[in-house]
Amino acid sequence: MSGTFTPAPGGARFARKVLAQAGMEFRLMLRNGEQLLLAIVIPVVVLVATVVGSRKLGVSLEGRAVDLFTPGVLALAVLSTAFTSVAVATGFERRYGVLKRLGTSPLSRTGLLLGKVLALLAVQLVQFTVIGAVATWLGWRPHWHPGVIALAAFGTAAFASWGLLVAGVLRAEATLAVANLVFLLLMAAGGVVLPTSTYGGFGTVATWLPSGALGDGLRAAFIDGQFTWSRLLILAAWTLIGAVLTARTFTWE
Amino acid sequence: MRYGDKVAVDHLSLQIPRGVIAAVLGRNGVGKTTTLETCEGYRRPQQGTVRVLGLDPVAQHHDLTPHIGVMLQEGGAWGGVRATEMLTHLARLHAHPLPVDLLVDRLSLGECGRTPYRRLSGGQKQRLSLAMALIGRPELLFVDEPTAGMDVAARHTTWDLLRELREDGATVVLTTHYLDEAEALADEVHIIDAGRLVASGSPSELGALAATSIRLVGKQPLTALPEFTAVRVDAVDERTAVFTGEGVTMGLLAAIVSWCEEQEVTPETLTFGQRDLEEVFLSLTGSGDDAVGGAA
Repeated sequence: MSGTFTPAPGGARFARKVLAQAGMEFRLMLRNGEQLLLAIVIPVVVLVATVVGSRKLGVSLEGRAVDLFTPGVLALAVLSTAFTSVAVATGFERRYGVLKRLGTSPLSRTGLLLGKVLALLAVQLVQFTVIGAVATWLGWRPHWHPGVIALAAFGTAAFASWGLLVAGVLRAEATLAVANLVFLLLMAAGGVVLPTSTYGGFGTVATWLPSGALGDGLRAAFIDGQFTWSRLLILAAWTLIGAVLTARTFTWE
Repeated sequence: MRYGDKVAVDHLSLQIPRGVIAAVLGRNGVGKTTTLETCEGYRRPQQGTVRVLGLDPVAQHHDLTPHIGVMLQEGGAWGGVRATEMLTHLARLHAHPLPVDLLVDRLSLGECGRTPYRRLSGGQKQRLSLAMALIGRPELLFVDEPTAGMDVAARHTTWDLLRELREDGATVVLTTHYLDEAEALADEVHIIDAGRLVASGSPSELGALAATSIRLVGKQPLTALPEFTAVRVDAVDERTAVFTGEGVTMGLLAAIVSWCEEQEVTPETLTFGQRDLEEVFLSLTGSGDDAVGGAA
Protein backbone atom coordinates (compact mmCIF):
# COMPACT_ATOMS: atom_id res chain seq x y z
CA MET A 1 0.00 0.00 0.00
CA SER A 2 1.32 3.40 -0.84
CA GLY A 3 -1.58 5.79 -0.59
CA THR A 4 -1.44 9.35 0.64
CA PHE A 5 -2.27 8.33 4.17
CA THR A 6 -0.21 5.16 4.42
CA PRO A 7 0.90 5.19 8.07
CA ALA A 8 4.47 6.30 8.76
CA PRO A 9 4.31 7.12 12.44
CA GLY A 10 7.19 8.40 14.53
CA GLY A 11 8.33 11.32 16.63
CA ALA A 12 10.93 13.86 15.56
CA ARG A 13 14.27 14.01 17.39
CA PHE A 14 13.99 15.40 20.92
CA ALA A 15 16.02 18.55 20.26
CA ARG A 16 13.97 19.35 17.17
CA LYS A 17 10.70 18.97 19.07
CA VAL A 18 11.89 21.18 21.95
CA LEU A 19 13.15 23.86 19.56
CA ALA A 20 9.89 23.77 17.59
CA GLN A 21 7.92 24.22 20.80
CA ALA A 22 10.19 27.01 22.05
CA GLY A 23 10.01 28.83 18.72
CA MET A 24 6.24 28.55 18.62
CA GLU A 25 5.77 29.87 22.17
CA PHE A 26 8.29 32.67 21.57
CA ARG A 27 6.45 33.84 18.45
CA LEU A 28 3.08 33.67 20.19
CA MET A 29 4.38 35.73 23.14
CA LEU A 30 5.78 38.44 20.88
CA ARG A 31 2.53 38.50 18.89
CA ASN A 32 0.38 39.00 21.98
CA GLY A 33 -0.15 42.70 22.64
CA GLU A 34 -0.91 42.40 26.34
CA GLN A 35 2.16 40.27 26.95
CA LEU A 36 4.37 42.73 25.05
CA LEU A 37 2.95 45.56 27.12
CA LEU A 38 3.83 43.68 30.27
CA ALA A 39 7.22 42.45 29.10
CA ILE A 40 8.65 45.50 27.32
CA VAL A 41 6.48 48.61 27.47
CA ILE A 42 5.84 48.77 31.23
CA PRO A 43 9.49 48.21 32.26
CA VAL A 44 10.75 50.79 29.73
CA VAL A 45 8.13 53.32 30.85
CA VAL A 46 9.06 52.71 34.51
CA LEU A 47 12.75 53.19 33.67
CA VAL A 48 12.30 56.40 31.72
CA ALA A 49 9.75 57.81 34.18
CA THR A 50 11.90 57.20 37.28
CA VAL A 51 15.10 58.50 35.69
CA VAL A 52 13.60 61.55 33.99
CA GLY A 53 11.19 62.16 36.89
CA SER A 54 13.86 62.22 39.56
CA ARG A 55 15.93 64.58 37.39
CA LYS A 56 13.01 66.94 36.86
CA LEU A 57 11.90 66.85 40.49
CA GLY A 58 15.47 67.29 41.70
CA VAL A 59 15.24 64.31 44.05
CA SER A 60 18.54 63.88 45.89
CA LEU A 61 19.80 60.33 45.38
CA GLU A 62 22.94 58.57 46.52
CA GLY A 63 24.13 58.26 42.95
CA ARG A 64 22.85 58.69 39.41
CA ALA A 65 19.18 57.80 38.91
CA VAL A 66 19.78 55.56 35.89
CA ASP A 67 22.36 53.50 37.79
CA LEU A 68 20.03 53.16 40.78
CA PHE A 69 16.85 52.27 38.87
CA THR A 70 18.00 50.11 35.93
CA PRO A 71 18.76 46.98 38.01
CA GLY A 72 15.27 47.13 39.53
CA VAL A 73 13.70 47.53 36.09
CA LEU A 74 15.58 44.42 34.93
CA ALA A 75 14.13 42.59 37.96
CA LEU A 76 10.70 43.89 36.97
CA ALA A 77 11.22 42.43 33.48
CA VAL A 78 12.01 39.03 34.99
CA LEU A 79 8.90 39.24 37.19
CA SER A 80 6.63 40.19 34.27
CA THR A 81 7.74 37.41 31.94
CA ALA A 82 8.62 34.56 34.28
CA PHE A 83 5.61 34.96 36.56
CA THR A 84 2.76 36.87 34.93
CA SER A 85 3.27 35.86 31.29
CA VAL A 86 3.96 32.23 32.15
CA ALA A 87 0.91 32.04 34.42
CA VAL A 88 -1.46 33.70 31.96
CA ALA A 89 -0.20 31.82 28.89
CA THR A 90 -0.26 28.45 30.64
CA GLY A 91 -3.68 29.13 32.15
CA PHE A 92 -5.14 29.72 28.71
CA GLU A 93 -3.26 26.79 27.18
CA ARG A 94 -4.98 24.62 29.74
CA ARG A 95 -8.36 26.22 29.18
CA TYR A 96 -8.24 25.87 25.39
CA GLY A 97 -7.06 22.28 25.41
CA VAL A 98 -3.59 23.08 24.04
CA LEU A 99 -1.85 21.22 26.85
CA LYS A 100 -4.29 18.37 26.40
CA ARG A 101 -3.71 18.17 22.64
CA LEU A 102 0.07 18.37 23.02
CA GLY A 103 -0.25 15.61 25.61
CA THR A 104 -1.01 13.12 22.83
CA SER A 105 1.62 14.53 20.47
CA PRO A 106 5.15 13.09 20.41
CA LEU A 107 6.28 16.06 22.54
CA SER A 108 6.76 14.72 26.07
CA ARG A 109 5.99 16.71 29.20
CA THR A 110 9.70 17.23 29.72
CA GLY A 111 9.94 18.49 26.15
CA LEU A 112 7.05 20.87 26.70
CA LEU A 113 8.56 22.24 29.91
CA LEU A 114 11.98 22.67 28.28
CA GLY A 115 10.38 24.42 25.32
CA LYS A 116 8.64 26.81 27.71
CA VAL A 117 11.89 27.55 29.54
CA LEU A 118 13.74 28.26 26.26
CA ALA A 119 10.96 30.52 25.01
CA LEU A 120 10.99 32.33 28.34
CA LEU A 121 14.75 32.85 28.19
CA ALA A 122 14.51 34.11 24.62
CA VAL A 123 11.86 36.66 25.60
CA GLN A 124 14.05 37.78 28.52
CA LEU A 125 16.97 38.21 26.15
CA VAL A 126 14.82 40.57 24.07
CA GLN A 127 13.71 42.41 27.24
CA PHE A 128 17.25 42.80 28.57
CA THR A 129 18.48 44.02 25.19
CA VAL A 130 15.78 46.67 24.90
CA ILE A 131 16.00 47.80 28.54
CA GLY A 132 19.81 47.74 28.42
CA ALA A 133 19.80 49.86 25.25
CA VAL A 134 17.39 52.42 26.73
CA ALA A 135 19.39 52.54 29.97
CA THR A 136 22.67 52.98 28.07
CA TRP A 137 21.05 55.80 26.11
CA LEU A 138 20.10 57.36 29.47
CA GLY A 139 23.74 57.03 30.56
CA TRP A 140 23.78 53.75 32.53
CA ARG A 141 27.25 52.76 33.78
CA PRO A 142 26.91 49.41 35.56
CA HIS A 143 29.41 47.28 37.46
CA TRP A 144 29.59 43.76 36.08
CA HIS A 145 29.49 40.80 38.42
CA PRO A 146 28.98 37.23 37.14
CA GLY A 147 26.55 36.70 40.01
CA VAL A 148 23.87 38.62 38.08
CA ILE A 149 23.51 35.63 35.73
CA ALA A 150 22.84 33.31 38.67
CA LEU A 151 20.44 35.81 40.25
CA ALA A 152 18.50 36.25 36.99
CA ALA A 153 18.41 32.48 36.43
CA PHE A 154 17.16 31.66 39.94
CA GLY A 155 14.77 34.62 39.89
CA THR A 156 13.33 33.28 36.63
CA ALA A 157 13.04 29.77 38.06
CA ALA A 158 11.37 31.01 41.26
CA PHE A 159 8.79 33.16 39.48
CA ALA A 160 8.11 30.59 36.76
CA SER A 161 7.47 27.81 39.28
CA TRP A 162 4.94 30.02 41.08
CA GLY A 163 3.44 31.14 37.79
CA LEU A 164 2.85 27.51 36.83
CA LEU A 165 1.42 26.85 40.29
CA VAL A 166 -1.17 29.62 39.89
CA ALA A 167 -2.02 28.45 36.34
CA GLY A 168 -2.37 24.87 37.52
CA VAL A 169 -4.66 25.60 40.45
CA LEU A 170 -6.93 28.41 39.26
CA ARG A 171 -9.25 28.82 36.29
CA ALA A 172 -7.84 30.83 33.36
CA GLU A 173 -9.73 34.06 34.20
CA ALA A 174 -8.75 33.86 37.86
CA THR A 175 -5.15 33.18 36.83
CA LEU A 176 -5.22 36.30 34.65
CA ALA A 177 -6.50 38.39 37.56
CA VAL A 178 -4.18 36.97 40.21
CA ALA A 179 -1.07 37.07 38.00
CA ASN A 180 -1.62 40.75 37.15
CA LEU A 181 -2.54 41.68 40.72
CA VAL A 182 0.58 40.03 42.12
CA PHE A 183 2.64 41.79 39.45
CA LEU A 184 1.25 45.18 40.49
CA LEU A 185 1.61 44.50 44.22
CA LEU A 186 5.19 43.32 43.90
CA MET A 187 6.06 46.18 41.55
CA ALA A 188 4.71 48.65 44.12
CA ALA A 189 5.75 47.05 47.38
CA GLY A 190 7.87 43.97 46.71
CA GLY A 191 11.29 45.59 46.55
CA VAL A 192 11.54 45.24 42.79
CA VAL A 193 12.14 48.77 41.52
CA LEU A 194 12.79 50.46 44.87
CA PRO A 195 15.24 48.95 47.42
CA THR A 196 13.57 47.09 50.31
CA SER A 197 15.43 49.49 52.66
CA THR A 198 13.10 52.29 51.53
CA TYR A 199 9.95 50.52 52.77
CA GLY A 200 10.46 50.97 56.53
CA GLY A 201 8.99 48.14 58.60
CA PHE A 202 7.64 46.18 55.61
CA GLY A 203 11.13 46.20 54.11
CA THR A 204 12.16 43.26 56.28
CA VAL A 205 9.30 41.20 54.86
CA ALA A 206 10.13 42.32 51.32
CA THR A 207 13.73 41.12 51.61
CA TRP A 208 12.38 37.59 52.03
CA LEU A 209 10.15 37.81 48.96
CA PRO A 210 11.58 36.59 45.65
CA SER A 211 10.95 40.06 44.24
CA GLY A 212 12.95 41.75 47.02
CA ALA A 213 15.77 39.20 46.88
CA LEU A 214 16.09 39.58 43.10
CA GLY A 215 15.75 43.38 43.12
CA ASP A 216 18.21 43.96 45.98
CA GLY A 217 20.57 41.33 44.60
CA LEU A 218 20.71 42.91 41.15
CA ARG A 219 21.10 46.39 42.68
CA ALA A 220 24.02 45.27 44.88
CA ALA A 221 25.71 43.65 41.88
CA PHE A 222 25.16 46.36 39.28
CA ILE A 223 25.58 49.39 41.59
CA ASP A 224 28.35 48.23 43.93
CA GLY A 225 29.71 45.12 42.24
CA GLN A 226 28.79 43.03 45.29
CA PHE A 227 27.19 39.61 45.49
CA THR A 228 25.39 38.13 48.50
CA TRP A 229 24.73 34.39 48.62
CA SER A 230 21.75 34.76 50.98
CA ARG A 231 19.68 36.38 48.22
CA LEU A 232 20.42 33.51 45.86
CA LEU A 233 19.41 31.07 48.61
CA ILE A 234 16.10 32.88 49.16
CA LEU A 235 15.37 32.58 45.43
CA ALA A 236 16.39 28.91 45.45
CA ALA A 237 14.06 28.24 48.40
CA TRP A 238 11.10 29.90 46.62
CA THR A 239 11.90 27.83 43.52
CA LEU A 240 11.91 24.61 45.51
CA ILE A 241 8.60 25.34 47.26
CA GLY A 242 6.98 26.48 44.02
CA ALA A 243 8.21 23.46 42.08
CA VAL A 244 7.08 20.94 44.71
CA LEU A 245 3.62 22.51 45.00
CA THR A 246 3.30 22.72 41.21
CA ALA A 247 4.28 19.08 40.75
CA ARG A 248 1.59 18.10 43.26
CA THR A 249 -1.25 20.22 41.97
CA PHE A 250 -0.75 20.81 38.25
CA THR A 251 -3.36 19.33 35.94
CA TRP A 252 -3.06 19.26 32.17
CA GLU A 253 -6.72 19.86 31.40
CA MET B 1 -14.07 4.85 34.97
CA ARG B 2 -15.50 7.11 37.60
CA TYR B 3 -15.77 10.83 38.09
CA GLY B 4 -16.49 11.28 41.77
CA ASP B 5 -19.34 8.89 42.50
CA LYS B 6 -20.56 8.83 38.91
CA VAL B 7 -19.66 5.71 36.98
CA ALA B 8 -19.02 6.94 33.45
CA VAL B 9 -17.75 3.74 31.86
CA ASP B 10 -18.59 0.45 33.49
CA HIS B 11 -17.19 -2.98 32.56
CA LEU B 12 -16.91 -1.94 28.96
CA SER B 13 -15.16 -4.62 26.98
CA LEU B 14 -14.39 -4.35 23.31
CA GLN B 15 -11.66 -5.16 20.86
CA ILE B 16 -11.09 -3.36 17.60
CA PRO B 17 -9.03 -5.04 14.87
CA ARG B 18 -6.53 -3.12 12.76
CA GLY B 19 -7.50 -1.62 9.45
CA VAL B 20 -11.15 -0.91 10.15
CA ILE B 21 -13.29 2.09 10.88
CA ALA B 22 -14.98 1.44 14.20
CA ALA B 23 -17.72 3.68 15.48
CA VAL B 24 -18.58 4.07 19.14
CA LEU B 25 -22.19 5.11 18.99
CA GLY B 26 -24.29 6.50 21.79
CA ARG B 27 -26.26 9.47 23.03
CA ASN B 28 -24.55 12.44 24.61
CA GLY B 29 -23.10 11.74 28.02
CA VAL B 30 -23.09 7.94 27.93
CA GLY B 31 -19.30 7.62 28.19
CA LYS B 32 -18.07 7.76 24.58
CA THR B 33 -15.47 10.47 25.15
CA THR B 34 -14.38 8.89 28.42
CA THR B 35 -13.84 5.60 26.59
CA LEU B 36 -11.78 7.32 23.92
CA GLU B 37 -9.75 9.35 26.40
CA THR B 38 -8.95 6.22 28.36
CA CYS B 39 -7.48 4.75 25.16
CA GLU B 40 -5.53 7.95 24.54
CA GLY B 41 -3.95 7.76 27.99
CA TYR B 42 -5.64 10.85 29.45
CA ARG B 43 -7.33 8.80 32.15
CA ARG B 44 -6.22 5.81 34.13
CA PRO B 45 -8.97 3.20 34.53
CA GLN B 46 -9.78 2.41 38.18
CA GLN B 47 -10.43 -1.17 37.13
CA GLY B 48 -9.68 -3.31 34.11
CA THR B 49 -7.09 -3.18 31.38
CA VAL B 50 -6.68 -1.05 28.29
CA ARG B 51 -4.18 -1.89 25.54
CA VAL B 52 -3.72 0.24 22.45
CA LEU B 53 -1.43 -1.16 19.75
CA GLY B 54 -0.31 -3.54 22.48
CA LEU B 55 0.76 -0.69 24.76
CA ASP B 56 -0.55 0.58 28.08
CA PRO B 57 -1.77 4.10 27.20
CA VAL B 58 -0.79 5.54 30.59
CA ALA B 59 2.40 3.68 31.55
CA GLN B 60 3.75 3.58 27.98
CA HIS B 61 2.22 6.88 26.91
CA HIS B 62 5.46 8.14 25.44
CA ASP B 63 5.87 5.08 23.20
CA LEU B 64 2.26 5.27 22.08
CA THR B 65 1.87 8.96 21.18
CA PRO B 66 3.95 8.94 17.95
CA HIS B 67 1.67 6.21 16.56
CA ILE B 68 -1.69 7.82 17.19
CA GLY B 69 -3.52 10.83 15.85
CA VAL B 70 -6.06 12.52 18.09
CA MET B 71 -8.93 14.80 17.20
CA LEU B 72 -10.38 16.34 20.34
CA GLN B 73 -14.02 17.32 20.57
CA GLU B 74 -13.02 20.94 21.00
CA GLY B 75 -10.02 23.21 21.39
CA GLY B 76 -6.44 22.05 21.11
CA ALA B 77 -4.81 25.14 19.57
CA TRP B 78 -3.61 28.51 20.88
CA GLY B 79 -6.03 31.39 20.35
CA GLY B 80 -3.43 33.41 18.47
CA VAL B 81 -1.98 30.68 16.29
CA ARG B 82 -2.74 30.66 12.56
CA ALA B 83 -4.31 27.55 11.11
CA THR B 84 -1.38 26.55 8.89
CA GLU B 85 1.12 27.58 11.55
CA MET B 86 -0.47 25.12 13.97
CA LEU B 87 -0.21 22.35 11.38
CA THR B 88 3.41 23.22 10.65
CA HIS B 89 4.16 23.12 14.36
CA LEU B 90 2.66 19.67 14.83
CA ALA B 91 4.43 18.47 11.66
CA ARG B 92 7.75 19.40 13.27
CA LEU B 93 7.01 17.13 16.21
CA HIS B 94 6.76 14.10 13.89
CA ALA B 95 9.38 12.15 11.99
CA HIS B 96 7.56 11.69 8.66
CA PRO B 97 4.72 14.19 8.60
CA LEU B 98 2.35 14.71 5.70
CA PRO B 99 2.95 17.89 3.71
CA VAL B 100 0.99 20.72 5.35
CA ASP B 101 -0.18 21.93 1.91
CA LEU B 102 -1.76 18.58 1.17
CA LEU B 103 -3.97 18.71 4.26
CA VAL B 104 -4.74 22.39 3.75
CA ASP B 105 -5.89 21.50 0.26
CA ARG B 106 -7.84 18.36 1.16
CA LEU B 107 -9.67 20.03 4.05
CA SER B 108 -10.18 23.39 2.31
CA LEU B 109 -8.21 25.30 4.91
CA GLY B 110 -6.55 27.56 2.34
CA GLU B 111 -8.92 30.48 2.73
CA CYS B 112 -8.48 30.57 6.51
CA GLY B 113 -4.83 29.48 6.63
CA ARG B 114 -3.63 32.80 8.02
CA THR B 115 -6.59 33.37 10.32
CA PRO B 116 -5.87 33.12 14.06
CA TYR B 117 -7.54 30.09 15.60
CA ARG B 118 -9.83 32.14 17.82
CA ARG B 119 -11.44 33.73 14.75
CA LEU B 120 -12.12 30.48 12.87
CA SER B 121 -15.72 29.31 12.51
CA GLY B 122 -16.86 26.14 14.23
CA GLY B 123 -16.61 24.12 11.03
CA GLN B 124 -13.13 25.49 10.22
CA LYS B 125 -11.96 24.57 13.72
CA GLN B 126 -13.28 21.05 13.21
CA ARG B 127 -11.46 20.69 9.89
CA LEU B 128 -8.23 22.03 11.35
CA SER B 129 -8.59 19.68 14.28
CA LEU B 130 -8.94 16.74 11.89
CA ALA B 131 -5.90 17.90 9.93
CA MET B 132 -3.97 18.10 13.24
CA ALA B 133 -4.88 14.47 13.90
CA LEU B 134 -3.68 13.35 10.45
CA ILE B 135 -0.45 15.34 10.09
CA GLY B 136 1.83 12.77 11.76
CA ARG B 137 0.77 9.86 9.49
CA PRO B 138 -0.71 7.89 12.39
CA GLU B 139 -1.50 4.23 12.18
CA LEU B 140 -4.35 4.67 14.61
CA LEU B 141 -6.68 7.62 14.64
CA PHE B 142 -9.03 8.61 17.47
CA VAL B 143 -11.64 11.09 16.36
CA ASP B 144 -14.21 12.40 18.80
CA GLU B 145 -17.44 13.53 17.10
CA PRO B 146 -15.56 14.39 13.89
CA THR B 147 -18.41 15.99 11.98
CA ALA B 148 -20.21 17.85 14.76
CA GLY B 149 -20.77 21.41 13.53
CA MET B 150 -19.72 20.66 9.95
CA ASP B 151 -21.86 21.51 6.94
CA VAL B 152 -23.02 18.73 4.61
CA ALA B 153 -20.15 19.15 2.15
CA ALA B 154 -17.47 19.12 4.85
CA ARG B 155 -19.14 16.11 6.38
CA HIS B 156 -18.86 14.11 3.16
CA THR B 157 -15.26 15.28 2.63
CA THR B 158 -14.47 14.03 6.13
CA TRP B 159 -16.12 10.68 5.50
CA ASP B 160 -14.23 10.26 2.21
CA LEU B 161 -10.98 11.15 3.96
CA LEU B 162 -11.56 8.62 6.74
CA ARG B 163 -12.42 5.92 4.18
CA GLU B 164 -9.23 6.72 2.29
CA LEU B 165 -7.27 6.39 5.52
CA ARG B 166 -8.70 2.92 6.05
CA GLU B 167 -7.85 1.95 2.46
CA ASP B 168 -4.29 3.12 3.05
CA GLY B 169 -4.02 0.85 6.06
CA ALA B 170 -4.80 3.02 9.07
CA THR B 171 -7.30 2.18 11.79
CA VAL B 172 -9.96 4.71 12.72
CA VAL B 173 -11.90 4.80 15.97
CA LEU B 174 -14.57 7.44 16.05
CA THR B 175 -17.33 8.42 18.41
CA THR B 176 -20.58 9.70 17.08
CA HIS B 177 -24.15 10.22 18.03
CA TYR B 178 -25.19 10.32 14.38
CA LEU B 179 -26.67 7.02 13.30
CA ASP B 180 -26.27 7.85 9.62
CA GLU B 181 -22.57 8.51 10.21
CA ALA B 182 -22.07 5.12 11.82
CA GLU B 183 -24.15 3.40 9.17
CA ALA B 184 -22.40 5.09 6.24
CA LEU B 185 -18.84 4.94 7.48
CA ALA B 186 -18.17 2.20 9.98
CA ASP B 187 -17.19 -1.42 9.45
CA GLU B 188 -18.19 -2.12 12.99
CA VAL B 189 -20.44 -0.27 15.36
CA HIS B 190 -20.28 -0.47 19.15
CA ILE B 191 -23.33 0.94 20.82
CA ILE B 192 -22.83 2.09 24.38
CA ASP B 193 -25.34 3.30 26.86
CA ALA B 194 -24.83 4.40 30.46
CA GLY B 195 -21.18 3.39 30.20
CA ARG B 196 -21.90 -0.16 29.08
CA LEU B 197 -21.57 -1.86 25.74
CA VAL B 198 -25.07 -2.85 24.65
CA ALA B 199 -24.37 -4.16 21.14
CA SER B 200 -21.56 -4.68 18.65
CA GLY B 201 -21.58 -5.61 15.01
CA SER B 202 -21.51 -4.34 11.46
CA PRO B 203 -24.26 -1.88 10.61
CA SER B 204 -26.10 -4.59 8.66
CA GLU B 205 -25.72 -7.11 11.49
CA LEU B 206 -27.11 -4.63 13.95
CA GLY B 207 -29.94 -3.84 11.59
CA ALA B 208 -30.67 -7.55 11.42
CA LEU B 209 -30.46 -7.96 15.18
CA ALA B 210 -34.12 -8.61 15.10
CA ALA B 211 -34.76 -8.76 11.42
CA THR B 212 -38.48 -8.33 11.50
CA SER B 213 -40.40 -6.50 14.10
CA ILE B 214 -43.85 -5.22 14.80
CA ARG B 215 -44.29 -1.69 15.98
CA LEU B 216 -47.53 -0.64 17.56
CA VAL B 217 -48.44 2.91 18.43
CA GLY B 218 -51.79 3.18 20.13
CA LYS B 219 -54.04 6.19 20.41
CA GLN B 220 -54.47 5.17 24.04
CA PRO B 221 -51.79 4.01 26.49
CA LEU B 222 -50.91 0.33 26.07
CA THR B 223 -51.60 -1.04 29.50
CA ALA B 224 -51.49 -4.72 30.41
CA LEU B 225 -49.84 -6.04 27.25
CA PRO B 226 -49.86 -9.84 27.49
CA GLU B 227 -46.72 -12.02 27.33
CA PHE B 228 -46.06 -13.66 23.97
CA THR B 229 -43.80 -16.66 23.50
CA ALA B 230 -40.38 -15.98 21.93
CA VAL B 231 -41.11 -12.30 21.65
CA ARG B 232 -39.41 -9.38 23.28
CA VAL B 233 -41.51 -6.35 23.97
CA ASP B 234 -39.86 -2.96 24.30
CA ALA B 235 -42.11 -0.23 25.57
CA VAL B 236 -40.61 2.83 23.87
CA ASP B 237 -43.15 5.03 25.62
CA GLU B 238 -46.54 4.36 27.15
CA ARG B 239 -48.26 4.37 23.75
CA THR B 240 -45.54 2.63 21.72
CA ALA B 241 -44.35 -0.97 21.85
CA VAL B 242 -41.87 -2.78 19.61
CA PHE B 243 -42.11 -6.56 19.34
CA THR B 244 -38.95 -8.40 18.30
CA GLY B 245 -37.61 -11.94 18.29
CA GLU B 246 -38.32 -15.31 16.69
CA GLY B 247 -41.96 -15.15 17.62
CA VAL B 248 -42.61 -12.19 15.32
CA THR B 249 -44.93 -13.80 12.81
CA MET B 250 -48.17 -13.00 11.05
CA GLY B 251 -49.83 -14.95 13.87
CA LEU B 252 -48.42 -12.48 16.38
CA LEU B 253 -49.72 -9.63 14.28
CA ALA B 254 -53.19 -11.17 14.43
CA ALA B 255 -52.87 -11.67 18.19
CA ILE B 256 -51.92 -8.05 18.66
CA VAL B 257 -54.85 -6.90 16.58
CA SER B 258 -57.29 -8.97 18.62
CA TRP B 259 -55.71 -7.75 21.87
CA CYS B 260 -56.25 -4.18 20.68
CA GLU B 261 -59.89 -5.04 20.00
CA GLU B 262 -60.37 -6.55 23.46
CA GLN B 263 -58.68 -3.63 25.21
CA GLU B 264 -60.41 -1.05 23.02
CA VAL B 265 -57.07 0.36 21.94
CA THR B 266 -57.12 1.99 18.53
CA PRO B 267 -53.84 1.56 16.71
CA GLU B 268 -52.46 4.80 15.37
CA THR B 269 -49.81 2.89 13.44
CA LEU B 270 -49.11 -0.80 13.30
CA THR B 271 -46.12 -1.77 11.17
CA PHE B 272 -44.56 -5.09 10.36
CA GLY B 273 -41.11 -5.20 8.79
CA GLN B 274 -37.34 -4.60 8.88
CA ARG B 275 -35.95 -2.31 11.52
CA ASP B 276 -33.30 0.21 10.66
CA LEU B 277 -30.30 1.04 12.81
CA GLU B 278 -32.18 3.80 14.54
CA GLU B 279 -34.82 1.42 15.84
CA VAL B 280 -32.20 -1.05 16.98
CA PHE B 281 -30.41 1.78 18.71
CA LEU B 282 -33.55 3.01 20.45
CA SER B 283 -34.61 -0.45 21.55
CA LEU B 284 -31.11 -1.17 22.88
CA THR B 285 -30.54 2.06 24.71
CA GLY B 286 -34.07 2.85 25.81
CA SER B 287 -35.54 6.20 25.02
CA GLY B 288 -35.20 7.90 28.37
CA ASP B 289 -32.87 10.87 28.62
CA ASP B 290 -31.05 9.72 31.75
CA ALA B 291 -27.45 10.77 31.23
CA VAL B 292 -24.27 9.29 32.68
CA GLY B 293 -24.60 5.96 34.49
CA GLY B 294 -25.83 5.24 37.97
CA ALA B 295 -24.32 6.02 41.32
CA ALA B 296 -21.47 3.84 42.52
